[in-house]
Amino acid sequence: MTLEILSYGFMQRAIVSGIAIALLCSVVGLFLVLRRYSLFGDAIAHSSFGGIAAGLLIGIYPLWTAYIVSLASALIITRIKQKFEISGDAAVAVLLSSGIAFGLILISLSGGFTIDIFSFLFGNILLVSVEDTVLILALTGSILIVILLLYRQLIYSTFNEEQAKVSGIPVEKLNYLIVFIAGITVVTAIQLVGILLISALFVIPNVTAIMYGRSFKQTAILSMAFAVSSIVAGILISYVFDITPSGTIVLLAIGIMAVTMSLKSLGLIDHSQIRQSIRPHQR
Amino acid sequence: MNVVEIKNLTVEYSGVRALDNISFSINQNDFLGIIGPNGAGKSTLFACMLGIITEFKGEIYFFGENVRKSKKYLRDVGYVPQKPVFEKNFPATVKEVVRMGLKKGSEKKIDEALQQVWIHELSHRRIGELSVGQQQRVFIAKALVGDPKVLILDEPVTGIDKQSTEIFYSILHDLNQKHNITIIWSSHDLDAVNKLANKVACLNKTLFFHGVSQEFFSNEELIKQYSESSMQQHMHHHAQT
Repeated sequence: MTLEILSYGFMQRAIVSGIAIALLCSVVGLFLVLRRYSLFGDAIAHSSFGGIAAGLLIGIYPLWTAYIVSLASALIITRIKQKFEISGDAAVAVLLSSGIAFGLILISLSGGFTIDIFSFLFGNILLVSVEDTVLILALTGSILIVILLLYRQLIYSTFNEEQAKVSGIPVEKLNYLIVFIAGITVVTAIQLVGILLISALFVIPNVTAIMYGRSFKQTAILSMAFAVSSIVAGILISYVFDITPSGTIVLLAIGIMAVTMSLKSLGLIDHSQIRQSIRPHQR
Repeated sequence: MNVVEIKNLTVEYSGVRALDNISFSINQNDFLGIIGPNGAGKSTLFACMLGIITEFKGEIYFFGENVRKSKKYLRDVGYVPQKPVFEKNFPATVKEVVRMGLKKGSEKKIDEALQQVWIHELSHRRIGELSVGQQQRVFIAKALVGDPKVLILDEPVTGIDKQSTEIFYSILHDLNQKHNITIIWSSHDLDAVNKLANKVACLNKTLFFHGVSQEFFSNEELIKQYSESSMQQHMHHHAQT
């Protein structure tokens, strides 16, 4: 049965794209969660709603306009946050509501909600095209390379911004870079779970991994593993039971988190055991 | 040779003067203890020296370089903050924290720095699991990996137990005497400053005294004046907060 499912082209594209998005969202999300910016992904996704509505109205492929509007609003809000010293959660609220307001006006101008809008709101990875898959793979590869190259500087500025600044790390530039990367990641991942559930991919695998991981590296690897397994299992289960993939993926990720919380509350998660099982040669 | 030269430094926050016309210099291999009550401007002075505060009157030179014009001097400066500020559950080991921001290939130096502050055996522990005293030693190790010529420490033993404080002081002494690192250290602990520092700067918004440590601690009149002025500042600070 599983092998038969995997022989379908749309399923192969869904799984390949899903794995790429899982890797991307978990790595970018780890930096956002640790910077107490968990809802930033959600806010960018909501601002992309305005971009999608604009694309549908003027007849351009909506994801392109979504990239432009999301990136522009993410960078503007970061600038405003720094200049006027607005707190992170207030900045997120402004970004979130302005994107939705902008989108609603454009949608009313174009004659109301259509099936296209719903596919962006809730996502459907099974409909991803060959071109989309190539774009997702290219963006994932490029972003992961940038993160890998700046890995130590990004961790330092996430760990303690002031100390990183004193050490000569260009913290403000890195902040813009993270926001820029988050913007691209969110719009890329919209096809998988849609605007409404996007932040789940950024936050849930990372919150779960932080409960297990001793080191940053371990936490990132575990987060990627949780995200990939939720997405691949979610795609397969949703196809077999004919239910929505996005909801299934998010509920699976929540399931892993719930099991982890139960294990932790029973005292069954010990950082030293995790370390031993993952990197025994380092003891 | 002057490592740091501060000329007529004045800092104001919303019209309130935090530092008033401070001038002094720090020589190579000095162990300078900066003492003063809460609100005396010690952290403000460090923030200006480290380029965190850039809006001030006067000039600060590090190794002859004006701190307003270049940040290159920061490569030779290590900084240990008053209290380690980070997310308690931050998933990073001690070794990863020391490694942050460094270029690849620094592993040997990281191990040496951890050994220098006697914390090597904890290198694979998660940073949040360590006591505040141990965390401060990690931050010294982090500062040491960059081979600093100057180490700036802002009241580093606040909230640390007596035994850890003693270990901490002995590490600072070694760094200054055996490794020739200039230490600039703010503290409330006059006894420790008397024991460790060869120079003292008494700060109370203005510079009350700067010179050889023995000169200050052997002059009862100076200590009395300093205590009175500190008490007034302490009461003023509490009235404001």
